[in-house]
Amino acid sequence: MSNPGNLKYTASHEWIKTEADGTLSVGITQHAQELLGDMVFVESPMVGRKLKAKEECAVVESVKAAADVYAPVSGVVTAVNSKLDSTPESINSDPYAAWMFKMKPDNPADVAALMDAKAYQALVDSEAH
Amino acid sequence: MGAKMVDFGGWDMPVNYGSQIDEHHQVRNDCGMFDVSHMRVVDINGNGVRAFLRFLLANNVDKLTQPGKALYSCMLLDNGGVIDDLIVYFMNEDWFRIVVNAGTADKDIAWMKQQAAKHAPRLAIADHPELAMIAVQGPNARAKVWDALPGSKELTEHLDPFNAVEMGTMFIARTGYTGEDGFEVMIPAKAAPFFWATLAEKGVKPIGLGARDTLRLEAGMNLYGQDMDETINPLEAGLAWTVDLKSDRDFIGKAALLAKPPTRKLAGLVLLDRGVLRGHQHVHTAHGTGEITSGSFSPTLEKSIALARVPKEVQIGDTVQVAIRDKMLAAKVVKYPFARNGKAVCSL
Repeated sequence: MSNPGNLKYTASHEWIKTEADGTLSVGITQHAQELLGDMVFVESPMVGRKLKAKEECAVVESVKAAADVYAPVSGVVTAVNSKLDSTPESINSDPYAAWMFKMKPDNPADVAALMDAKAYQALVDSEAH
Repeated sequence: MGAKMVDFGGWDMPVNYGSQIDEHHQVRNDCGMFDVSHMRVVDINGNGVRAFLRFLLANNVDKLTQPGKALYSCMLLDNGGVIDDLIVYFMNEDWFRIVVNAGTADKDIAWMKQQAAKHAPRLAIADHPELAMIAVQGPNARAKVWDALPGSKELTEHLDPFNAVEMGTMFIARTGYTGEDGFEVMIPAKAAPFFWATLAEKGVKPIGLGARDTLRLEAGMNLYGQDMDETINPLEAGLAWTVDLKSDRDFIGKAALLAKPPTRKLAGLVLLDRGVLRGHQHVHTAHGTGEITSGSFSPTLEKSIALARVPKEVQIGDTVQVAIRDKMLAAKVVKYPFARNGKAVCSL
């Protein structure tokens, strides 16, 4: 599965989608879910929580390991995907549909500065060696 | 075979071939095969092997009377700490075969030789790294092995669990580390790829180390280095049933075990809250603090389970608190194993 071109990415393997209303949907990438394997638990941030960029704000746990999820930019959590409570495996089957939380960025320009799909793929390729 | 590989004690081992959970269910419901060639076979030959093993091992080899019969045992230091856990097979009075863990094999063999030099200098102790081992496990495992190995059915059809038989240069044992029926087959390394490929042709799926760990945890089987090591004695590791303290027999570590009654024990935990139990998380009980030694997600129970070393006063049915990141989550103390033979067996 290739990384969608309409998303932004972080070096810590989150994807970010800017929705029509300007909020951001955040999930973890295909590469991240592949490394972690079968997902069994997601701990989401509280709605209303203020996040600083690169702050730990959620946790995903696979059978193998627990991994932190980081805020891609600073902002406020506006929604969490409670469907993942009962179906964490959807992160494995469709990582770019399985958003974990939505946030309103403090500064929309921060999003533009994140990696595009091509830069992210180069990062993944470099980590493989 | 598309496996994700990881370094395990110097061996390149497959963690998972596809989904680890699917691999787990594959073994519980049908069968799968594991390349466990990293485990080391050690043969002890000569006059007086039984007397030597009676002293070397915490379990009593006098339980082994029929050729091929196997026994699970710990090998202890003088202070009672566990050097390794192993399976010993009685083949005849001049030959016992021992299978030890990979990471501990060299120190195990050094210890055996050191003890033999003192107590039984004429015994020959030889390890066999040229033997590969393939475990085929699951309710359909034996039938698949019979299908893949002409002649094996006649030899092993009536083999009871925890017994082994030789077949030419192969050694077929009805043992395993999953809580399922099946065989562990020792086979010359040169012939192992052909056997593996034949099993694959018969539809046996390869299973990685990841599922091996969740299968053994559900089956309530200890993992050396996690659930016990040289600083832990078997009575504090849920292995009292493997230690013979009642007979007059002396063995290495016995005096230490008798001198110091255990203050801790191994308990099974099932997480009541949402989350995943992991090794080294602290367990808070009404009788003091303990620690998880092995924890994961149980695909059979669809809950998180763990083995934890806790104060000995903790009882089955107690609710304890486990510190996970910044939270305290509730877990119930249960009798383990958690699952065997395809089904959950612990009551919640």
